Parts: sequence; structure tokens; C-alpha cells
Amino acid sequence: MNLEEYKGVYVFAQQVDNEISSIAFELLGKAKDLAKDLNTDVTAVLIGSGIKGLADQLAEYGADKVIVVDDPELKDYRTEPYAHALASVINKYKPEIMLVGATAIGRDLGPRVSARVATGLTADCTVLEIGDFPLQAVPGQEQLHNQLLMTRPAFGGNTIATIACPYNRPQMATVRAGVMQKITPIKGAKANVEEFNPGFTPDNKYVEILDIVKSVAETVDIMDAKILVSGGRGVGSPENFKILEDLAEVLGGTVSCSRAVVDSGWKPKDLQVGQTGKTVRPNVYFAIGISGAIQHVAGMEESDIIIAINKDADAPIFDVADYGVVGDLNKIVPKLTEALKAEIAAAKG
Amino acid sequence: MKIVVCVKQVPDTAGGVKFNPDGTLDRGAMLTIMNPDDKAGLEAALRLKDQYGAEVTVVTMGLPKAEEVLREAMAMGADKGVLVTDRVLGGADTWATSTTLAGAIRNLEYDLIITGRQAIDGDTAQVGPQISEHLNIPVISYAQDIKIEGDSVIVERQYEDRYHVVKAKMPCLITALSELNEPRYMTPGGIFDAYKQEITVWGRADLKDVDDANLGLKGSPTKIAKASDKVRKGAGEKVSLDPDESVSYIVDKLKVKHVI
Repeated sequence: MNLEEYKGVYVFAQQVDNEISSIAFELLGKAKDLAKDLNTDVTAVLIGSGIKGLADQLAEYGADKVIVVDDPELKDYRTEPYAHALASVINKYKPEIMLVGATAIGRDLGPRVSARVATGLTADCTVLEIGDFPLQAVPGQEQLHNQLLMTRPAFGGNTIATIACPYNRPQMATVRAGVMQKITPIKGAKANVEEFNPGFTPDNKYVEILDIVKSVAETVDIMDAKILVSGGRGVGSPENFKILEDLAEVLGGTVSCSRAVVDSGWKPKDLQVGQTGKTVRPNVYFAIGISGAIQHVAGMEESDIIIAINKDADAPIFDVADYGVVGDLNKIVPKLTEALKAEIAAAKG
Repeated sequence: MKIVVCVKQVPDTAGGVKFNPDGTLDRGAMLTIMNPDDKAGLEAALRLKDQYGAEVTVVTMGLPKAEEVLREAMAMGADKGVLVTDRVLGGADTWATSTTLAGAIRNLEYDLIITGRQAIDGDTAQVGPQISEHLNIPVISYAQDIKIEGDSVIVERQYEDRYHVVKAKMPCLITALSELNEPRYMTPGGIFDAYKQEITVWGRADLKDVDDANLGLKGSPTKIAKASDKVRKGAGEKVSLDPDESVSYIVDKLKVKHVI
């Protein structure tokens, strides 16, 4: 592998139902930073069926070039045709960096493609930067410059590792959603669009989609919410989430939950905060009846203000809460809602 | 039908987390468990065995101590256990790990391979899909339901806002979510039997069609530049008041912080 041949920062521009996912714009924002440090360009790889018209949107969010792989086999996400498309793009265009969102699609596509093109993949990155490997010069080992340094939490968020991929290309990372910043769209920006089709011949690895069942869309994505009222097993029942919904409504917030609540079938998966759910960083996070397992904390500890209500004074959630209230949520939450209603009415008054 | 299940022995993070005085993780003091997603994968295999009849072989890669999770799997009802252990395999990233496991699985007959979605220590979710690539078979990740129909599997594949019902011809690899099921307990008879059975132990020489250049720390494309235990921000205030005072306390804090 001649590493010098590999140039440019590439982003897998995920689309679902021919609508570009937010993560694609986030990755473009980060890719622009990295490309500036490396003095190179940003290329978005758009894969799907009937998707050519989406290319300009990617340009507005920072793509200099868009490679479009458009084929009927790529209508809905399936591992094999998408892996074939992305691996073929990598083999033909030789990017030095390939970023993929750490979504339910990207966390399947990324590993399959990295194994196919024989390179490393760092999962669920939260920080990406250009630097040296090793970080400090070591006698007897060549220090390589302009490497992608990929930082990620592991062990339920208890350890942080910075990883490099010094001797293979591309340097591949999946990146957590909601962490990187999109740029302000540049209206009217046009990308240099290039179409590429490596040919798709169905084989044993092409699975058949028999049905697609969409869950009822929640109105607000918890990752975008400024105030989250989050409930855990301590809320006691799905019906009792009503008191959390009332509190959220008064504050203009949104209800989210812990994994235990999803596992019990009380709330859908897209409201789950934590290591296997979503990472959130609202202005205010209410943790109500949530014990605070580290997997949960990993998904919410970056919130500006954390307020915890729990009857167990030893619950680990109090270790990360700015304001911890030991007490019965059933007594406190409804009264809190009423008090806030009165306060807000008075302020408007 | 023959099913291979890959499991990993991991430190227990749920409930049993121990910290050093400086706030870092005390790994030595923590117990090990079978990784939860892997256990759900094993349970799924055992249910297919109950329903359709199958031979379930459990494979793990790790230190000799990882034999414990194989015994546990056999006590739950798995038929055979394979431990892949060798000094030269240590320090592997997901590429080298998946290369190793694929090299072991090539020695086995299989219609279905089930892995957990991800392990609670690394959380990468990469090894399952990478094994499928090395073996050139289809992968269905994030399975929330698995059924067999003739020579195919029908799987509910979870996404953030939907699921796909997907049909694949076997052999096929599936990665299981811990939401898939509630794993069964070991039975006393099962535990007794599990300790009477032989466990197959394989080293580097037993791996089929793998290159030394792709194994262990040396064969790992990703290299750790820096690792540190995360120091969390400290606890804030904690109050124990009656409900009315608790409400006033929270309202005051929201005012001070200009939330209301």
C-alpha cells in the first residue's frame, strides 16, 4: 500500500428515504476542518437510488465534490450493495480519510467496508484531529505527521482512548451523531458532481427486504431538545410518565428515558439516552427516577445543568448531578410543574 | 442445523463498578461476565435449537480464563465450546480479532453464526460484520427477532426509526441485540454436565487460512496513541428536603441559571 497515493477527506453522506441524514452534514463540518489542516478537499459519497438531486445540498454544507453512486439495487439500505458501492469508491478514488456516521447504518456498513479494503476502523469517535503519531517522538521510531487522531470513549464512557491508523489507508472512523458541528449552509453553493457505478450483481450476500415497518415518528428528536425531562425505572409505570410529560410541557422540553424504560417496553428506543441510545447535551437535563448507570451517564453528562430526583440517596446519578434532590418523584414532580406554571405566568404577568 | 455463537468475557460494568480513590476505574476489583449482547445471541441460538433442533457451538477468544464463559454457555445448553487462546493473538483490534475468529470458524460447520451486536468494554459493534466479510457470507446486524424458513433466516433488523424484515439464505451471520430476549438461567444439572465436558482449545496453528501479518497487536491497523481513564466532573449539591422545599429548591436553581 503506497500511503502517498491516498488523498482527500471523504464523508459517507447517509440518506434514508432519499432525505440526507443530519449526521452527513455534521461529518461535512468536521471534514472541512480536517481538510483545511491537510490542505486538501472534502468529498461526499452519496449512495442510493434516484438521489442525484441531493448533491447540491451537500455542497451547501461544505462538500467540494460529490461522488454519486445511483443504482436501483441501492434503494433501501442493505449491507452488501452499499458496502460494494463504498468499497469501490475507496479503491478507485483512494481517500486518506473516510468518515461514516455511527448510526444503525454506519455501524454496519463501516466494519464491512473496512474489512473489505483491509484497513482499520475506529468506532464511535467524539473527537477527530490531525496530529503526530506517536504523539511524542520516540527514539528508534519514526514519528509520522498529518495523521488522523481519533478519540473515543470506551468501557461505558469510563475510559477515553485516542487511536491512530498510521500504516493503512484510508483512516476510517465512525462518528457519534450530535457531536460534530454543521457549518452554516452556503446558499447556492455547487459541488463538482461525479457519477460512478461499479456495477451491482446480486449474489448470496444480497439479502431480500420483505417489509419495512416505521415506528411512529416523535415530533422532536431528543438530541435537538434544549430541555430534557428524562425518566427511569423509578417512574414506575408507562402511565406515570404523564407527570414527566406535564413538566416537560411547562418548560417547553421533551421527554426522554433510560434503557431500563425501553427494555420494559414503556417508551420507544428513539427516546433512549445513553451508551446504546443517544448522546444528548441539553441546557437542562432532569434525571427522574434514574439510578445513573455509567452507560446512561455517558450519554448525558455533557448537559449544561443536571438536576436529579431520586429516592435513593446513594444512587450514582447524584455523582454527576449539579443539583440532586433526594425524595419521592411522585410527590415532587407534580408540585414542581404547578410551581413552574405559576412562576412562568407571573413572569409574563 | 449447526449454529456457531461467538461470545466474549468482559468486565462487569453494571452495578459492580469499582473506582480508585482518584476517580479512575479499578479493573482488578471488577468481576467478569458473559457480554450481555452475546448472551442474548446465545439464547437466540438455544431457542432455535429448542424449536428446530440444532447443534450449538460456542467460540470465544481470550485468555485461558475465558473458558469460564464457555462453561457457562454449556450449562445454559450449548453443545460444544471452543477457546481460541494464544500469546501471539493478544492486543488485537477488531480487524485482527475478526480475522482470528474467522480463522477458527473456518474449521467448523455452520449454517448460522450469531454474535452480540457489541461488547460492553469496547462498544465497537465491528467484530460481527467483519467476521462475515472474512467468511464472504451475508450479515444482518441489530437483530430484534430471528426465524428460520427452509434454508433461509428471516430477521427483524432494527434501525433508529424503523425495522426491516430481512430474508437471507444461510449460511449467514446475525448480530443480536440484548433486547432480543431474556437469557435463560443455567440449570444445576447443566452446570454439572458443563464441567464434565471437554473444551476444545485452539492456538495460532489451528487457525485456517490466516496470515500472521493480520494477527495480534502487530496485525492490528489501529494503534492506541493515548488512553486514560476519564475523570468525571465532580458531584454538585445534594439535598434531602420535604417535597415543598424540594420544589422551591429546584425553582430557585432554575431562576439563578436563567432557565425560567
